[in-house]
Amino acid sequence: MNRILEEKIVKIFLFAAAFTAVFSVLLIGIFVFMEGLPIFFKYGLTDILFGSVWNPTNQVYGIWPMIVGTIYVTFVAVLIGAPMGIGVAIYLVEIANERISKTIIPAVELLAGIPSVVYGLFGMFAVRGVIASLSRGPLGDVLPSNYQSGYSILAAAIILAIMILPTIINISIDALRAVPREYKEGSLALGTSHWQSIYKLLLPAAKSGIITAVILGVGRALGETMAVIMVIGNTPAVPALDWTGLFAPARSMTANIALEMGYAGPEHQQALFATGIVLFVFIIVLNSITQLLVRRRREGGAK
Amino acid sequence: MTVIELQRASKSEQGQGGAGDVPQIRSKNLNLFYGDFQALHDISLDVPKNQVTALIGPSGCGKSTFLRTLNRMNDLISGVSITGEVLIGGQNIYDKTVDVVELRKKIGMVFQKPNPFPMSIYDNIAYGPRAHGLKKKSRIMEIVERSLRQAALWDEVKDRLHSSAMGLSGGQQQRLCIARVLAVEPEIVLMDEPTSALDPLATLKVEELVTELKKMYTIVIVTHNMQQAARISDRTAFFLNGKIVEADETAKIFTNPKHKQTNDYISGRFG
Repeated sequence: MNRILEEKIVKIFLFAAAFTAVFSVLLIGIFVFMEGLPIFFKYGLTDILFGSVWNPTNQVYGIWPMIVGTIYVTFVAVLIGAPMGIGVAIYLVEIANERISKTIIPAVELLAGIPSVVYGLFGMFAVRGVIASLSRGPLGDVLPSNYQSGYSILAAAIILAIMILPTIINISIDALRAVPREYKEGSLALGTSHWQSIYKLLLPAAKSGIITAVILGVGRALGETMAVIMVIGNTPAVPALDWTGLFAPARSMTANIALEMGYAGPEHQQALFATGIVLFVFIIVLNSITQLLVRRRREGGAK
Repeated sequence: MTVIELQRASKSEQGQGGAGDVPQIRSKNLNLFYGDFQALHDISLDVPKNQVTALIGPSGCGKSTFLRTLNRMNDLISGVSITGEVLIGGQNIYDKTVDVVELRKKIGMVFQKPNPFPMSIYDNIAYGPRAHGLKKKSRIMEIVERSLRQAALWDEVKDRLHSSAMGLSGGQQQRLCIARVLAVEPEIVLMDEPTSALDPLATLKVEELVTELKKMYTIVIVTHNMQQAARISDRTAFFLNGKIVEADETAKIFTNPKHKQTNDYISGRFG
């Protein structure tokens, strides 16, 4: 009798915990949408989403510069971070001996534990400094003067690339380790080299897991705030869309919210919540893609 | 030097071997250690060309480990050390100058669990030739058809070459794996309990295939199933505790074994 009661209590407790998690997401979603939606009705969806001027003092709330800034910086960060992270994962799973991987894996874990403000500091002085000397020096004649401070999309992307490494490395490692040993043995027994086995068999077999890793990295980069604020320059202007844009100071959606919420008036607040909605939708889309991939991988494995 | 060249070179220098047939594989005083544990003791065995040699013995006796020394698959396990020699066509495959990748092209291996790659039937067969640099599509298609025919699988899969190999039955998967090995045109095929995961009908098919294949290849097969060894092999080696107790013609091993342990094992008293 006692044990049955115990079971029940545990069950209820666990259910409550699970429910709280779901409920929180729901609550946050509702809250953000309730606060942010009115401004879309007031100024029109396209003016808010695609307006390229953000000037809250004059009631102009175009989020477009922040959307472009976010996508640009995330794209470049993943372009740098994904190949590196996947490379590290391949190295650790396939090539490194135990002693080396026992040194690298804790280092990667430490990377995940560094507070983002510390990344920001590093970016502000080390990375930005190098970029500034580049954009003022050899590129000085090509870049517009406001692109020469070093506070730039490139600086933020480099910092983000490092920050998403642990996510990409860890999940790619899991994906590569999940590939049955028999595949590799079968491949090597056919007289293929180690690298051929990795490239032609292991990577394709781990593909969906590695894509999941990259997408989670994208999510992490999208949501990062503090480190980005410290190096991106925070100018709410659409960056140049060619390569010079790399050196443009820009502003991410997260930075927009964090920087201005402190002093925003009521309508300005709504516009910031609208930025939050856009971010929320981005994340929902990404997560849905991940879910889809994970499901497909499970079904593929069940065959 | 490639294995073929080595074999050519060796054929002229080796005159011994009674029947005039030079053994394709000869292991001499082979010892294998997993760290401190010795898994193989002083294994000396000759494997004649174009015959089926069966390795039998109870679980953990070292027969699979021995099989894996023949294409150096044990290299993949850390902490393995080997003394002695394995001569294939007269060349010690543990010599430092041997290119393991080249070696494995000549010595195919079929595993206990069918391990088709997660790709189409066609791509599975084409995997080896492509990795070895073959690009011409018509040539690849020829190889795919030839290999599948040799593995007695062509008629069953010819209409779905481009569907996933994972959708085949276990027996078909195993024959696909055999076809995949044949596509690389090896000289020797090693089989590690190739039928242990298959049903009796699929087992029969693989056994028929082995008998057919020995015309062109030298086959070494590890099996748990003594009836299987008796049915398909020409020679049998009985392993126990990492040693070869007895190796002889299969008919002799099963009708008139020299050692009591062999007799006890084949009559089912242990193992």
